Amino acid sequence: MTMAAGILYALVGAALFGLGLHALIVKTHLFRKILALNVMGSGTFLMLVGAGSGGIRVLPDAVPQAMVITGIVVAVSATALALTLMLRIAEETGHAELPGERSG
Amino acid sequence: METMTLLGWAFDGLLGTGLVWLAWRALSSPSLFTAVVLFVAFGLVLALAWVRLDAPDVALAEAAIGAGLTGALLLGALARLHGSSAHKSPGADAVRSRTRVVAWPLAAAATLVVICGLAATLIVITPTAVGLGAEVARNLRASGVSNPVTAVLLNFRGYDTLLETAVVLLALIGARSIGTAIDVASASAPGSPVLETFARFLAPLAILVGGYLLWVGAYAPGGAFQAGAVLAALGVVFALSSRKHGAMPAAEFPLRLVLVLGPAAFVVTAAITLVLRGHLLEYPPVHAGVLIMVLEAAATLSIGATLLALFSGPSFFRNNGR
Amino acid sequence: MSAIDILSLLPIALGGFFFLAGTVGLLRFPDVYARLHALTKADNLGLGLIVIGLAVNAESWFVAGKLFLIWALVMVSGASVAHLVARGALQRGIQPWRR
Repeated sequence: MTMAAGILYALVGAALFGLGLHALIVKTHLFRKILALNVMGSGTFLMLVGAGSGGIRVLPDAVPQAMVITGIVVAVSATALALTLMLRIAEETGHAELPGERSG
Repeated sequence: METMTLLGWAFDGLLGTGLVWLAWRALSSPSLFTAVVLFVAFGLVLALAWVRLDAPDVALAEAAIGAGLTGALLLGALARLHGSSAHKSPGADAVRSRTRVVAWPLAAAATLVVICGLAATLIVITPTAVGLGAEVARNLRASGVSNPVTAVLLNFRGYDTLLETAVVLLALIGARSIGTAIDVASASAPGSPVLETFARFLAPLAILVGGYLLWVGAYAPGGAFQAGAVLAALGVVFALSSRKHGAMPAAEFPLRLVLVLGPAAFVVTAAITLVLRGHLLEYPPVHAGVLIMVLEAAATLSIGATLLALFSGPSFFRNNGR
Repeated sequence: MSAIDILSLLPIALGGFFFLAGTVGLLRFPDVYARLHALTKADNLGLGLIVIGLAVNAESWFVAGKLFLIWALVMVSGASVAHLVARGALQRGIQPWRR
């Protein structure tokens, strides 16, 4: 894949990272925060592989791809743990939101 | 190396726009269920993007784990969230208290700064970046496999994969120790015969595909994590089809053994190579291929079982009196 | 553009058209049952045509066989999932649309 396509997807990754970051800050519901974190993760992976394809090299660079595979697996385990935390918070407090962020 | 044709540009542009649009809609949708569905669609389109970036292994992992299993996890958690008696409506969020009203534009401004910074960095460093592709290609013959991604994952950066298997197990331990009493089985409808037949039809195929992905990972796109995800997906279908949601019919101890198999295999191999060769996970080139296959097999079983356990939650370990 | 390429592109284009038709049905039909109808029927047929087009151009019989296996799997899982969605909709009390 040419460098230009790599940069295009890397920029898409930056946009996704920003989208996720904004949603993470602004949304109060924990489930949405978890979704936002996942989107940020996908954006990061795109930036890694996008920046790692093309350029001076001719073959696709396997190291960022391996890192991204590791990242995907770790992201799913972190999501599972975060979801369990959210369910526990919902069970204990009755709302799936952190106590300081609920209005009133 | 081909140049970008107009069609290629159009396709990539469409794909990129689709990704951003799907993510935006998923994050801003008022219904949580719609958000998850859009997120799964986002993951599948992302898998297409990986194919465009010449990363078929990543595409397989993204489709199986990123879109499929993450979607299952999110929907399962959503079901448990709505099943519990005390939960707020999923629409109520975002701008609620006064601080939120102030925070929105501030966050947007800060995010724009971050995006611009990232974009500028990427545009500057990418054209002159060298990467490690040449080193990987040079040492590929000595690694024992011919798929460079597998070589990096299991040989050159085997230490990272060791830590990864440990992290997944750690997430399971954490989730288990937090646990919830909310049980999906009690809130769910009785199983459908169509689903049970589908599960039984799928079982031999999924095992075959998983084994194939594991085996072919040595010389073509595939590998342990993709195979483990397929096995976990089979487990999820079975968990959803039986009346006792996710309760495994097998006895508890062998199940725990399978969960630990992956990290244990890595740690044992690391210890042996440390003692015999002086470096962690430095395989003798003659045996590297076999060693990698053994480690990958252990990792596949482990990843599959752990991901299934993460999905099933507290009912995974319920002993059915055996 | 050899004869094989044309023979391969024609079914693929036709399959794409069927996918488009299925999506139009998804967007325009009045209730979930009709939409399931459009999705499973049109998309399965579309996928079959695309698979035929790709199989014509495949490198070996093995690859073509794998493509057809993918089509069979998509049909089975599509049918099962369509049944489950319709069943879930019925249980939630969604009535089929009446003229």
